[in-house]
Amino acid sequence: MLWEVDIFAAPGLPDVVGTETVADAADLGFSPNLTLGFARGYLLQGDLSREQVETLASRLLADPVVERASIGVVGDAVLAESLAGKTGKIVYVLPKPGVTDVVADAARQTATDFGIEPEAVRTFKKYWIDGVDAAEIERLARKLLANDAIEQVAFDELGFDSLQVGSPYKFELKTVSIRSMNDAELETLSKRGQLYLSLVEMQTIQKHFQDLDRDPTDVELETIAQTWSEHCSHKTLAGRISYSGPEGEIFFENMLKETIFGATVKIRENLGADDFCVSVFADNAGVVKFDDEYNVCFKVETHNHPSALEPYGGANTGIGGVIRDPMGTGLGAKPICNTDIFCFAPPQFDPNELPNGVLHPRRVIKGVVAGVRDYGNRMGIPTVNGSIFFDKRYLGNPLVYCGDVGLIPVDKSFKEPKVGDLIVAMGGRTGRDGIHGATFSSAELTSESETLSGGAVQIGNAIEEKKILDVMLEARDRGLYNAVTDCGAGGFSSAVGEMGEKIGAEVDLNAISLKYEGLSYAEMWISEAQERMVFSVPKDKWPELKALAESEDVEAIVLGEFKPTGRLVLKYDGVTVADLAMSFMHDGRPPVIRKAVYEVPTVEPITVKPEGVELPGQTAVSKTVACPCGGKESGKTSATLDLEAILGSLNVASKHWAIRQYDHEVQGGSVLKPLVGVECDGPGDAAVLRPRLTSRRGLVVSNGMNPNYGDYDAYWMAASAIDEATRNAVAVGADPTTISILDNFCWGNADKPEVLGSLVRAALACRDVSVAFGSPFISGKDSLNNEFRPEGEEPIAIPPSLLISAMGQMDDVAKAVSMDLKEAGNALYLVGETKRELGGSHLSLVRNWVGGQVPTLDVDVAKRTYIAVHKAIQSGLIRAAHDLSEGGLAVAAAESAFAGNLGAEISLAAIKLAPAADGESTALPGVDNVDDYWKLFSESNSRFLIEVPVEKSCAFEGILCDAKVPFAPVGKVVEKPELTIFGADGAVAVQGDLADLKRRWQKPFDLGGWYAD
Amino acid sequence: MKPNVLILRAPGTNCDYETAYAFELAGATTERIHVNRLLEDPSIIDRFQIMCFPGGFSYGDDVAAGRVLASKIRLRLFDAVSRFKDADKLVLGICNGFQILIKSGILVADDEIGAPATLTWNAGGVYVDRWAHLEVKSDKCVFLRGVEKMYLPIAHAEGKFMGRDAAVLDALEAQGRLALRYAPGNNPNGAVRDVAGVCDETGRVFGLMPHPERHLDKTQRPDWTRWQNEPDFATKVGDGFAIFKNAVEYFA
Repeated sequence: MLWEVDIFAAPGLPDVVGTETVADAADLGFSPNLTLGFARGYLLQGDLSREQVETLASRLLADPVVERASIGVVGDAVLAESLAGKTGKIVYVLPKPGVTDVVADAARQTATDFGIEPEAVRTFKKYWIDGVDAAEIERLARKLLANDAIEQVAFDELGFDSLQVGSPYKFELKTVSIRSMNDAELETLSKRGQLYLSLVEMQTIQKHFQDLDRDPTDVELETIAQTWSEHCSHKTLAGRISYSGPEGEIFFENMLKETIFGATVKIRENLGADDFCVSVFADNAGVVKFDDEYNVCFKVETHNHPSALEPYGGANTGIGGVIRDPMGTGLGAKPICNTDIFCFAPPQFDPNELPNGVLHPRRVIKGVVAGVRDYGNRMGIPTVNGSIFFDKRYLGNPLVYCGDVGLIPVDKSFKEPKVGDLIVAMGGRTGRDGIHGATFSSAELTSESETLSGGAVQIGNAIEEKKILDVMLEARDRGLYNAVTDCGAGGFSSAVGEMGEKIGAEVDLNAISLKYEGLSYAEMWISEAQERMVFSVPKDKWPELKALAESEDVEAIVLGEFKPTGRLVLKYDGVTVADLAMSFMHDGRPPVIRKAVYEVPTVEPITVKPEGVELPGQTAVSKTVACPCGGKESGKTSATLDLEAILGSLNVASKHWAIRQYDHEVQGGSVLKPLVGVECDGPGDAAVLRPRLTSRRGLVVSNGMNPNYGDYDAYWMAASAIDEATRNAVAVGADPTTISILDNFCWGNADKPEVLGSLVRAALACRDVSVAFGSPFISGKDSLNNEFRPEGEEPIAIPPSLLISAMGQMDDVAKAVSMDLKEAGNALYLVGETKRELGGSHLSLVRNWVGGQVPTLDVDVAKRTYIAVHKAIQSGLIRAAHDLSEGGLAVAAAESAFAGNLGAEISLAAIKLAPAADGESTALPGVDNVDDYWKLFSESNSRFLIEVPVEKSCAFEGILCDAKVPFAPVGKVVEKPELTIFGADGAVAVQGDLADLKRRWQKPFDLGGWYAD
Repeated sequence: MKPNVLILRAPGTNCDYETAYAFELAGATTERIHVNRLLEDPSIIDRFQIMCFPGGFSYGDDVAAGRVLASKIRLRLFDAVSRFKDADKLVLGICNGFQILIKSGILVADDEIGAPATLTWNAGGVYVDRWAHLEVKSDKCVFLRGVEKMYLPIAHAEGKFMGRDAAVLDALEAQGRLALRYAPGNNPNGAVRDVAGVCDETGRVFGLMPHPERHLDKTQRPDWTRWQNEPDFATKVGDGFAIFKNAVEYFA
């Protein structure tokens, strides 16, 4: 029997979900006549009495103080009625069979505590919709209520009366006749089978099996495809590249090794005994020294393609996956903080212009933030740092970067699986979820991707991962295993394959415990079901590990054994279904050879963009709030209006809507939070935390990214990203000599030489700046093919998007500095040199300008600046420091002022612009007082706005002079809550009331859901 | 005597380490114990003086926040916890722990109709992390002795305190049990009567949504950099420490 329990808000209480859904529908352009009532509910299957269902409804499923339940057998007339009195067409939305439904699982398990045992449970959402016709309701279901990748929709009635999932699997060995295929057939096999390998790679596999005189089994082919996928092997960037650019012709044998890894090797040599790297580019995360007892490790991953199809699930499993990287580093690190950086199309995107196969940005944004929130918060890991960027080109291809830092004892930082160890899997069961995730993430998205690869999308179960973590840390400290790694892309196939690479492994697939029946042996092996870790366990430790896991409700099973055969052997029902040489899997892939070209666009004078030409990032400026008066508001200078427009542009605007949904203080180590200042609402430059409660030593986490610059020169974009991450970290107090960095390249289709060329040019900048700063790269990742092909149109590539994440350290967190102005009377300094650099700037964005010089970087000056600023912070001379980035000095001054609720009086007269180069245009369209404009809005790197008590000015200036760091005393902090900036001629260039400036900055990216008391 | 604190953890508990640290800083000894051990042998709790339900997402907060663990306690540990309570011992629930205490009937006992009060979805419908000024409104609660005001962070999705009706709330208020309130303008979730924390009729069982263990150190306060040059900065202690200190001193 299938029972249905509908749960409504009690009489007199608001239908929060219903109201919000109506608002979301309005945002997507649905009729204002739409009315909607909501109920959440449960389907309970089994031989249950009404009384039992009533018990569960009133004591477990609903909260009688605030909710009311309606109960019936599916199909009962009473279920058609809304207890809230809503009428209209009924729409059910429920997870597709087999999709993770953690609430249903919890309900089923907890029912047993009441002595009631349902066979199966599933949750659903139910809507009563009125005011629009049936076709509109169907469109609403598709656009807003459900996501076809994971959910099913039923109208009027459920349409089924049983929750059966899966059917028994009958074993049948499958082989693929690859030996006899011609090239066209090989390519078809690669695509249809979702292997996504190149023809050369398919030919190599074909040759391998021709030599072996047999055809591969399906699971052998899948295993090879996963091992060789871009996602797992980074074959493009670690491959041969012939590059032609402004640097000349360069031939790379292994591009990453010769740029980014190469920089790290060089830095470690330079540092000698002071080398702080422990394990870099070797494990699941890069490891560096923290103190005598602990190291820290850091990894940042992307989960772009799944997030495009199912934002909540994609982001959810994105953060869940990257948390498993530090967990799977060495013998297992304890996660201590998360970071997340997202790139979206603007939320105001016209719903009528949305191409097929694309979710509206608003839905993507809400889903992604909720996905990260629900996983990170449940894991008990503070999300301390992040950014959000907007550009139309992210419409079909949003970027979701998730990072996790772990703390690991010095003596647990390395792993080594031993011959004879058992292969033990721990955690969630295996289902059909996520099949082909690794190969899929290496492919281009099309308007059909959603139907083709829906299986690649999953929902996470954070508590399963938390349970594994609890058990793992205890097992680690008891010494119960020799190695651990996570099951990420490629599932068991990748995890066992990598761990057994140097030994060999034999696995019995029958041992895998399944979520439901019906998986073939191949599906079991390649499933990317979440929340699973693989351990290498000495046989004599297995009983203790098993008992420990069981004592905390974690499933652990023996999959097989690491046998010294050099082969990967898989068995099912006693039959060998795969027998591959580890050497072929890991070294047999033919080298990828790619051509890359890059031509640096010549620097053109800044002009207003011609009519009809679309600036890529243009819609990042929210027109409705940027400049409400359309520039005609009386009494304001043009620079004031420009400042207001930049503060109100989405990239600069406050991200409190997202930040406040993340727990950024769990674990108790929070020192500098993402939002700082008098009212906890100023944009902090970087996070500081104290990972050990018994120590004062601090960890600093920051990031740098500016895709706008990539449209001008990928080299300076990359250099600027490293500089921004570094200056953010230094601004809060990080020691610039112990900063480690990570790279994440998200690019378009790297088969195109000009696309790969910009990536190589960015990598060259990474090498140069990393070595000059002495900041080693310790880990990295790339995501290529970020292009979306709308039906029948040319693909849209994302802008080159390099994220640099930085991790710094400080001896004593009590010396940390925040960006909010502290005290009236203190002096303000601009530190660093201001050049005429407005190419790709936010002033250009709000003014519709093109051209100009993109910000460059003088690494020597930058390094001197960072060391000097750090010295001043350590000497207690600095009360506030804020880095200058998007919007330059004007934006930094406004932010520091309103965060501190103290005014600032600044004069531009003391600032010396760098001399213009020969022939460099210094004009700006429609601007008279050009030098003031350059000083206010230039985005030159390596600059800070710094507040210093007057009595400490001499000491502060002394440190800067000694270090030959350019600086200018620009003004002072004042009581009156106003920002006033005087031009070089003494006239007011910018004037703004702080509350007004703050409001303009806070409003654009507040997507609602707040309670204001 | 130096009290021994049972820090109860379950799948999804995630504030157990820092909460144990807070009690230790206040002079107690602590043990973090999995709920499965208690279900196997409820008498374990008899060797403790303080029982603490720390924050987190017990069993994922799936179904509703704290509901699964609260059901286990109601159905399988109610006698053991009641015995503990009656033995002049202390029980503290923080955030998820508060949700568990109230939904298990330990903090506010069921009447003939059922549970008189609950913690439900924030008025804004989303999880919120922010700091809130708090005021102590009665002298009933052992944990709040000598405290008038506190500044603590909240971080929850289901923290809105609701009573079944005004009569229930009036009765609780008259008994001094709605002990901790959000200061005017600081209610983050729409809780009725600005309730942030509730104690039982003895004052020895206390649940609160804010996290006192996240404000032990002077550098945890979000605006601490504004005071870092003050002469007394070095000796400053976070507001949340008093709650743990009071608990430990109860056994002095």
